[in-house]
Formats: sequence, structure tokens, C-alpha cells
Amino acid sequence: MQIIAQNLTYIYSEKTKSLAVKALDNISVTINEGEFFGIIGKTGSGKSTFVQHLNGLIKIAKNKGSLTVGEYNLSAKKCDYKALRSKVGMVFQYPEHQLFAETVFDDVAFGIKSFMPSLSKEETEKRVKNAIELVGLDYEKLKDKSPFDLSGGQKRRVAIAGVIVTQPEILVLDEPAAGLDPKGKREFIALLKSLHGNFIKTIIIVSHDMNLVADNCTRTAVFGDGKLLEVGTPKEIFSSKEKVKSLGLELPVTAFLTQELDKKGIKIDSDLTTQGFIDAFAKYYFAKKGLTPRNDALKGGNDL
Amino acid sequence: MKELTFGQYYPQQSFVHKLNPSVKILLVIAYVVAVFLVKQFHFLGFAACFLVLIIATICARIPFFRILKSIKAVIFFIVLSAVIQIFFNKNGTPLWENGFITDQGLLSAAYIFCRIVLVVMGASLLTFTTSPVEIADGIEMLMYPLKWIKVPVHEFALIMSLALRLIPDLLDETDRIIKAQKSRGAEFESGNLFKRIKALVPVLVPLLIGSFRRAGSLADAMDARCYAGSKKRTRYKRLTVSYRDLLAFILIAGLVAGVVLLNGFYVLL
Repeated sequence: MQIIAQNLTYIYSEKTKSLAVKALDNISVTINEGEFFGIIGKTGSGKSTFVQHLNGLIKIAKNKGSLTVGEYNLSAKKCDYKALRSKVGMVFQYPEHQLFAETVFDDVAFGIKSFMPSLSKEETEKRVKNAIELVGLDYEKLKDKSPFDLSGGQKRRVAIAGVIVTQPEILVLDEPAAGLDPKGKREFIALLKSLHGNFIKTIIIVSHDMNLVADNCTRTAVFGDGKLLEVGTPKEIFSSKEKVKSLGLELPVTAFLTQELDKKGIKIDSDLTTQGFIDAFAKYYFAKKGLTPRNDALKGGNDL
Repeated sequence: MKELTFGQYYPQQSFVHKLNPSVKILLVIAYVVAVFLVKQFHFLGFAACFLVLIIATICARIPFFRILKSIKAVIFFIVLSAVIQIFFNKNGTPLWENGFITDQGLLSAAYIFCRIVLVVMGASLLTFTTSPVEIADGIEMLMYPLKWIKVPVHEFALIMSLALRLIPDLLDETDRIIKAQKSRGAEFESGNLFKRIKALVPVLVPLLIGSFRRAGSLADAMDARCYAGSKKRTRYKRLTVSYRDLLAFILIAGLVAGVVLLNGFYVLL
């Protein structure tokens, strides 16, 4: 499913002039199927407002632009939001705060019960089991536990299982790694990547973590004051320090190193992923020393 | 839900907004008293009240239709009481032969209508121009004399302002949880009453847990800063009385006096 936004504008409290805030200002962007799309920008730049449009949580006012997600036209008068939401999964910040049911099973199954009430009991069980195992948890051990008895990381995984249980094609995540420790964060990103190869075709992630964006995203949009400042590959976005600064962002480590090495006359050309940077650096190193790298030297060890 | 501003506070820089909240509360009470002092069918008194209300609205720099809109909340009540007066008031002469609608009935319907509308508009002018926190502060100041009979005024005020302080947070959280559950297919706008109530469970449970979590950390934060109640605490915003309050007082005092005088004149007429 392709996402096409054209001249999308959204204003909070439009009726009360003294409170009105233009959260989105003329956003036009196309997100293709299969992308791992990043959205970055300062707090209050309109990132969250934008992603909440994608499954119809925020509705488009008249004459405020258009948005289509696959075959769904969200700017039309009538739109089947329920069907749309089963295709576009949404994970909010601190998703563990949305847990409510008595058991992990019931909580994860909530999506199936509301989207596909006709599904058989066995099929429901199969899907719930699949979702819980996809997020890396032990189904048999956890299914009858109360979600409130789990650890923070487990809670978050259960919450995400509750979103992916309906097998959405697009997964939208709003700062999903907030509040995780480094290990949890690494595991979480690995989880996202494994999901991306699965039934989830497109991932859209809002993040403040430039390293995460540089390492994983095919393309990235930069928001500022409700406007779309730039769209491009991480390499394009993080190409110059001045530009990144003017956008109100930080450089990812790989881009920082590339630029620092450039100052010392070492030119390294990579796609700014960690692995890409290491490969490019190794290539440079071997070329300089006049060595031929072993076949496996440019592979492996990519687990940061 | 962000469209929903708590209460109806309408932020603005104006004469009325800058009044001392406790004075404002007292003046609104005086205004309501004035409205109720107007004797039956002496509509000139209502005209005076309306005039004062208009002046206040202009001074508050709030569009008048907003004040009018506030009546919407009680429209059912107003219409009901007017209709009861029209149909069940048996005093006076019938408008047509054998009719049950009398001239007195119509007049008293209009009288009650004016009364409620004026009171509601006056009260909403207070909530339009005073933020909930200011109202809490104002009430605390007004209750201050109760301290002498050992009423824990400060603690009451603290509870009140904490509750008010948490409402926007709760609204935000509710908004987020509703959106999260909607994304998982929850529906709140369809189905029968029982279904709708059931649909609220996935919102209410996380909300309840969240508010306990919030209250706990707030209590810890206050404890960590050695918060200890009312003993010699200073205020961040000190409430003062200025020339504005005096002017407003004169206006309202004039209104009350005017209404009383008008009542007297009607007796003479």
C-alpha cells in the first residue's frame, strides 16, 4: 500500500483564534510500499499529528489537502476507517500504557475480536500465539498471566503484539524506543527489522534517535514547525553539518565520523549505516595498505 | 480531544481577565443577587442587568456570541420552565375565550426566561475570563476566614488545585488511549448503550492505572521537596486588589442599587 499525502494541512482549535495552532502546513509526501520510512524533527514539529492522519485518527478537514493510503481515500466523505485501521497498525509512545485486559492472551486478542469477530477460536489462538512469538516472548508461559505483572520491556512487547496480531501491512511507530535501556533498544530494533521482512511491508517510524534513523531507514522526512523541510535518504539528509544544524537536528555517529575523517583528508563514502560505514572504512584501509581483504572481512559483526 | 479546552477559559488580555479572581467571584454573586432582586414583571431591571453584562463582555474582549452559546448547555431547562409557566399559570386573564394560556402566564414565562439566561451568561463570563486555577485561588482566599474555626483551608485548596492541574493531563492521556484502542479496532460511537459502556473498559482501565501512577509520582515529588502544608508558605502569584477591582465593584454596586431603586419606583408607579 502506497501512502500519498498532498497539501495536507491541520489546525488545532481552529475555531478559537487565540488557541489555534497550525500543526501541519501543506505537507506533500509519498511513501512507497516496502520502505522503512523515518520521520524526524523537533518536539512540536507536527510529526505525531502527521502519523495520526495515516489511520484516520485525525480526520482531514474540508479543503485541507488529500491523503490516500492504498485504496483508502481519507479525504473523501466516506472512508471505511475500521478496515483501514486493520491494515495500518499504530504503536504509540509508551504502548504498554494501553494494556487493559486480565490476561496477556485477551489483550493481544483484542484487535482480532474487534476487527475480525467471525474468526474461529482456533484461528484466533494461532494468530495470538504467532504475534506473541514474533515479539520474542514465550506464549505458553505468558498467555494466562496478567499483563500488569510483567516487566516493562515485556509489557511493551505484549502491547506491540496486540497491534501486529491483525497482520497490518503498514506499521506506524511513534517514538517506540523511548525509555528503553540500550540493550532493550537494540533488541527492539532487531525486532522491527524482522517484522519488516514479515507480513509488514512498510514501517514508518517517528524518532529522535538519529543513529536509529541512519542505520535503518530507506528514506527520512524532516519536519519543522508543521512544515515538511526535507525528504531523502539518510545520506542526503545528513550530508552537511550546517544543514543538519539548521534543521534543528543532530548528526548520527556515522555521519559525524565521516565528516571528522574528511577534515583529516580521509574520504569515506558510505550510506551512513553502521555496517556501510565499517565496510567503506575497511575498504579505504585495505586499499591504502595495499592489502587484499579476506573474503569475509567485509561481512559480519554488524550487530553494533 | 485537544479541541476541547477544559472549562471554557478564553485566554485574552483584558480588564476583566486581570481582575482579582476572588473579587470577581464575589461580584458575580452580587450580579446574580441583582438579577434575582428584580421584581416580577419589572423588565427594566433585567435591561439594566443585561446592559452591565454587555459592558463586562466588551471589557473582557470576548465575542458576544460565545457568551450566548453558553446558554446551549441549559437550553432544555430554560424551555421547560418557560413552557410550564405558559401552560400551568392560571392567574390573570386568558388570552382568548376559554383558552388556558393567560397573559400572566406568558409574562412569567418571559420573566423566568430572562432570569435564567442572565444568570447563566453572567456565570459563564466568570469561567470565560478566569482560568480554573485562578478560580481555585480565589475560592481559597474567600474561604480564608474559615481558618479561624480550624478548617484546613489550605489543604482543601491544594486538593482542588491538584485536581484541576491533573485534568488536562488526564484528558491528554485519555485522548492517547482512545486513539491507541481505536487503532486496534475499538469503536465508541456505534452499537447499543450496553455495547458502548463495554467499549469503555479498554479506556478506563489504563486510565485508572495511569492516574494512580501519576498521583504516586506526584506525591513522591512533593515529598522530595519537603512539601509540608500551609505553614508560612509564600505564593507564586500573589493576589492583589487594584483600581480595576474598585471600578468593577462600583459598576456592580451601581447595578444592585439601580435594581433596588427601580423596584421602588415600580411601587410608586
